[in-house]
Amino acid sequence: MMKRIFLQAFASLSLLVSGVAMANEVHIDVKAPINMSDKASLQRGAKNFVNYCLNCHSANYMRYNRLQDIGLTDKQIKDNLLFAGEKVGETMRVSMNPKDAKKWFGAAPPDLSVEVRARGADWVYAYLRSFYKDDTRPTGWNNQVFDKVAMPHVLYELQGMQVLDHETHTLKLEKAGKLSPEEYDQFAGDLTNFLAFMAEPAKQSRLWIGVVVVLFLSVLLVLVKKIKAEYWKDIR
Amino acid sequence: MATTKKTTAAGVLGWVDARFPLTSTIKGHLTEYYAPKNFNFWYFFGSLALLVLVLQIVTGIFLTMNYKPDAELAFASVEYIMRDVFGGNIIRYMHSTGASMFFVVVYLHMFRGIIYGSYRTPRELIWLFGVGIFLVLMGEAFFGYLLPWGQMSYWGAQVIVNLFSTVPFIGPDLSEWLRGDYLVSDATLNRFFAFHVIALPLVLLGLVAVHIVALHEVGSNNPDGVEIKATKDKATGIPLDGIPFHPYYSVKDLVGVVVFLMVFFAIVFFMPEMGGYFLEANNFVPADPLKTPAHIAPVWYFTPYYSILRAVPPIGISQFPGVVAMGLSVVAFAFLPWLDKSPVKSIRYRGSLYKRWLAAFVVSFVILGYLGTVPGDIWGQFGPWLGRADRATVLARVCSVVYFAFFVLMPWFTKKDQTKPVPERVTY
Repeated sequence: MMKRIFLQAFASLSLLVSGVAMANEVHIDVKAPINMSDKASLQRGAKNFVNYCLNCHSANYMRYNRLQDIGLTDKQIKDNLLFAGEKVGETMRVSMNPKDAKKWFGAAPPDLSVEVRARGADWVYAYLRSFYKDDTRPTGWNNQVFDKVAMPHVLYELQGMQVLDHETHTLKLEKAGKLSPEEYDQFAGDLTNFLAFMAEPAKQSRLWIGVVVVLFLSVLLVLVKKIKAEYWKDIR
Repeated sequence: MATTKKTTAAGVLGWVDARFPLTSTIKGHLTEYYAPKNFNFWYFFGSLALLVLVLQIVTGIFLTMNYKPDAELAFASVEYIMRDVFGGNIIRYMHSTGASMFFVVVYLHMFRGIIYGSYRTPRELIWLFGVGIFLVLMGEAFFGYLLPWGQMSYWGAQVIVNLFSTVPFIGPDLSEWLRGDYLVSDATLNRFFAFHVIALPLVLLGLVAVHIVALHEVGSNNPDGVEIKATKDKATGIPLDGIPFHPYYSVKDLVGVVVFLMVFFAIVFFMPEMGGYFLEANNFVPADPLKTPAHIAPVWYFTPYYSILRAVPPIGISQFPGVVAMGLSVVAFAFLPWLDKSPVKSIRYRGSLYKRWLAAFVVSFVILGYLGTVPGDIWGQFGPWLGRADRATVLARVCSVVYFAFFVLMPWFTKKDQTKPVPERVTY
């Protein structure tokens, strides 16, 4: 369902966006820069996640020491990413009570362990980049791919303030943030890349195991075909 | 004094044979079970279905070791299997891919039976056991789909159980009895788990056993639909066109097994979600009884019947006619042995009338399958001249009519069909 809304949003947006391209316009109809072999990006993404998301959003199925898969040692994880005395083998929990969260935000922040599998990386990347100022919302923020979202724009300081042009349905940066638009895109890209890794940490290993398995079966196929031909040569 | 049975084998085997029909069973079902020598591609899917059954049972046992049938823990326990259990992700993907591949293999196996008339005399009981296997398999898949406790699991189960509430008079009580609660809940999850891991697998294994015993009693059909037992070697009594299942078909099936496993593991390792058809994206969101997804679709193997359900218009406010139509669309296969009046079995010797009907049926089945995965308004509406009906719904109705016409009109078009002469012996 979300995929459909997402695609429709993109389809209509890409039509509108393609005509006029202005300097400060934000394009959200782009593919997320997913690259699982870019360890530096994944590590930056992990840092961004722990610093900005992990206060409200948990990743209850993700263990800190799984970050070894993106090239961090236990010591590095402990020194840089654990702030509240957690153990490195624990999962990424938050102390916020879901009931309180519901009272404060109107909706409990979802666990983000498998968010990319539920919504797709492109959606997440677009979501992080398409918050805009909307005074009709209780938080003062709205989002172009998630209408009436309960989450405020936590990354406002970094991205700055975007506004929606209701005529062209495009977003424009009205007030610059700490990061330039390119830097912010990279920030969101790294974060999305990390979320995609976290959604299925074992994905990379299964891909190469798969190659080995299929190669083994190809060799086996040659052998069983020979056996079959040998038995069947007398059948006329 | 007690006497022991005389046996041909000596030593340990002779000792066992005097007490248990070991050698005779191996002979009767493998080394001296004579199968027609002209089996083609379509004949791989029976043994492959057995292979997938074994894979599902073995992977299922390992999943059960870590899965928690508890509404609070189920979703998390699946992610635990995916992340923390050694090899857990591969076992889980094998099981989820196996579910879909079971239906792929069984659908092709059923199609083989239809095109070569394998349900005809004397194989009606094999076919009926097969339909039983198909029904139980659908139940098994449905119960299993609730277990990951994602949004699609939950709302899919909610929709299907609610179908029973459309039964006149007893409906609401019936669906409540099935769920064990007023809505799908922990109680439902627990009983579905019990059905999925023990009740239905036991029935399934029993049905598979009698399916094979019945097959080996009457012998296999073949692409020519010729009875090989009609032409036997006078001296040995062995069918002239028959070859021992083992070693000939055991080695041939081995080739099929390896090719199948290449496809199977390519899916398991490279695209386990299969673009959302094997594992739906929405099922990575934990079940939430307060949040109904806008579009609830069953997994692909149920969608032809789901399409028929949606295509049948309600009577008043009752959806019961659709539910009945859906049930009939599945059960209809059981009547094939008595609906087919053709003098020939195999499609090779049938005329064009039958072939056109079969093609129309297959096309309808596939279109219905596709339409069941998408919302009814996907293609918009017709103009006022058709009452602004959904285009997709109208197409689903046409296909549903063709689907049922294939069964209802079969006695007529199989009798009228211009058949060709059937040879005495199989063509090889």
